[in-house]
Amino acid sequence: MKKERKPKLAIWKFSSCDGCQLSLLDCEDELLAVAENIEIANFPEASRLVVKGPYDLSLVEGSITTPHDAERIHQVRRSSKVLVTIGACATAGGIQALRNFKDVREFTSIVYATPSYIETLNKSTPITDHVFVDFELRGCPISKVQLVEVLSAFLNGRKPTTPTYSVCLECKRRGTVCGLVTHGPPCLGPVTQAGCDALCPSYHRGCFGCFGPKETPNTPSLAEYWKGLGMKNLELLHLFRSYNAYAESFRKESEAHEK
Amino acid sequence: MKSRSIKVDYLARVEGEGGIQIKVQDKVVTDVRFDIFEPPRFFEAFLRGRMFTEAPDITARICGICPIAYQMSSIHAMESACGVSVTGQLRALRRLIYCGEWIESHALHIYMLHAPDFLGYQDVLQMAKDHGDAVKQALKLKKTGNELVALVGGREIHPINVRVGGFYRLPTKQELNALVDRLKWARDAAVDTVRLTATFPFPDFEREYEYVSLRHDNEYPFNEGRLISNKGLNIPISEYENNFAEEHVSYSNALHSVLKGRGAYHVGPLARFNLNFDRLSPVAKEAATAAGLTLPLNNPFKSIVVRSVETVFACEEALRIIQEYEMPEKPFVDVHPKAGVGYGCTEAPRGFLYHRYRLNEKGLIMDAKIIPPTSQNQKTMELDLREFVPPRLNLTQEKLTWQCEQAIRNYDPCISCATHFVRLDIR
Repeated sequence: MKKERKPKLAIWKFSSCDGCQLSLLDCEDELLAVAENIEIANFPEASRLVVKGPYDLSLVEGSITTPHDAERIHQVRRSSKVLVTIGACATAGGIQALRNFKDVREFTSIVYATPSYIETLNKSTPITDHVFVDFELRGCPISKVQLVEVLSAFLNGRKPTTPTYSVCLECKRRGTVCGLVTHGPPCLGPVTQAGCDALCPSYHRGCFGCFGPKETPNTPSLAEYWKGLGMKNLELLHLFRSYNAYAESFRKESEAHEK
Repeated sequence: MKSRSIKVDYLARVEGEGGIQIKVQDKVVTDVRFDIFEPPRFFEAFLRGRMFTEAPDITARICGICPIAYQMSSIHAMESACGVSVTGQLRALRRLIYCGEWIESHALHIYMLHAPDFLGYQDVLQMAKDHGDAVKQALKLKKTGNELVALVGGREIHPINVRVGGFYRLPTKQELNALVDRLKWARDAAVDTVRLTATFPFPDFEREYEYVSLRHDNEYPFNEGRLISNKGLNIPISEYENNFAEEHVSYSNALHSVLKGRGAYHVGPLARFNLNFDRLSPVAKEAATAAGLTLPLNNPFKSIVVRSVETVFACEEALRIIQEYEMPEKPFVDVHPKAGVGYGCTEAPRGFLYHRYRLNEKGLIMDAKIIPPTSQNQKTMELDLREFVPPRLNLTQEKLTWQCEQAIRNYDPCISCATHFVRLDIR
């Protein structure tokens, strides 16, 4: 019997911290099994070997911040049957999207002595602003469990089952006492997508939104509630404007407190 | 006139995006560039106007490989600005989480990024076909480091439990004790790793470096100490900017650091080892001696053995801290903001990481400066290649290119880090 060709996986990096692709290497128990079933065809962080495309599955980390990358993402799309973005940078522009609220020229001169050497775009934008994305995996960083789920789903031709409900449901399941009810630290749990297993509340701190907005988040209502408990505009602005600052509902909410 | 060039467009098995360009004319190297094209992310700029308490979480996002280093340097800087010092078990827990990061980061680099060069494989997965047991051991070792970070920090990448003043939640003695057996196994695996890496074929290559690292009165350095070198530097960390300078070059999105008046210097495991050998734990010292490492150690290719020795140390140190651990009453000390400047400098796996912040009286960050290890080593990496290449021009293009890549990987460069720091231009 002819051996079936292993599906080809490629990993691409744009502007990012490398943490999400590191999650794949952090799957210490699964890595060798994954490598038995798929061909890791392009993963420069781990290998010198580059196998030519097209690729069955591409994982894209990072946001688009330079003219060159805005071109490169189209090449990646053309060579990929399925394209999945991994992490807050790729799905929402990442922490570097904080530049989107300022004049980037001012930023380059703060940071670099010779700004003319630096080529950069005004905005850090998610991959989906540039090409069609088949699936978005949230998180800053992504969850390893969800990553393995996505790999296994796409390689078996099914849809991944990653929840779009809020962190609150995970918190309830863990049996963590609700900080909103007990007036604990400010928490974005009610408007943030699940995926981290409600990590922060279980460490006695409020959720700060690593997984971005959940489906249909009511951010104004949550902000109003915290305001009622004495939270200042600047604090609300900072709370909504962090790792998923450019995700639409978080962006609008942070702008509402920019006065 | 015979000219030759060596070019690596996209350097593999490093964190981030960079390349190498070397030009040779009549057996003389005329140009060497370690080219960083990873796009800049402007952390120093957008830290302005954020609260001092946000710095550990924000700066962690500079690097997914060594977020603890960013969290540690930033919290120490904030505490120094606010006149607070964290001592006792909270301080010990900070060393403990750093041990975890050293174990996972060193294991990643030794086995997955660097060993394949010495053994002639493209990557660790190819290597696993012939060295299955070693790779399985490597993954387990790395996992132990990650488990330690996850236990103390909440998760491996961008931990959530570190805050200015301490932690949000304290681990219990029982939770820590659960890791003891695995750490003992890891220590032995790390000793094996020293033995294994010491047998690798090392290119005959040595250079006289100026090594710079932290030095503490009685500990191998993580979070505290003075900056010293083997050529007479001995300063408190607050004097860093008076003694070091950064240069911006056209081909790189990272700045090159130099010691004022002296030029390139070397940070990282080799520097720490040369300057702090006497502070290593007993088993680590013994493993180093058995592997034939002697001071001064000036072959950068042997950094892989030193990383293994440091992994032994990190396991032993973690075991010591867990043994002496008693859960404090409160997970953090209160830190009230104060207008002023604060400095933090800690030993990331790849070398020391310097942070400096100026705060206003409300605790808002007025300006920030972050200098990661990779930018400090950048010039040294280029100088290594300048000397490394000429005697090896008889090698095939393929072989020489690969060896040049390997020479860069000696430094475990983290390019994602290197692009985000940069000079604060006060004009």
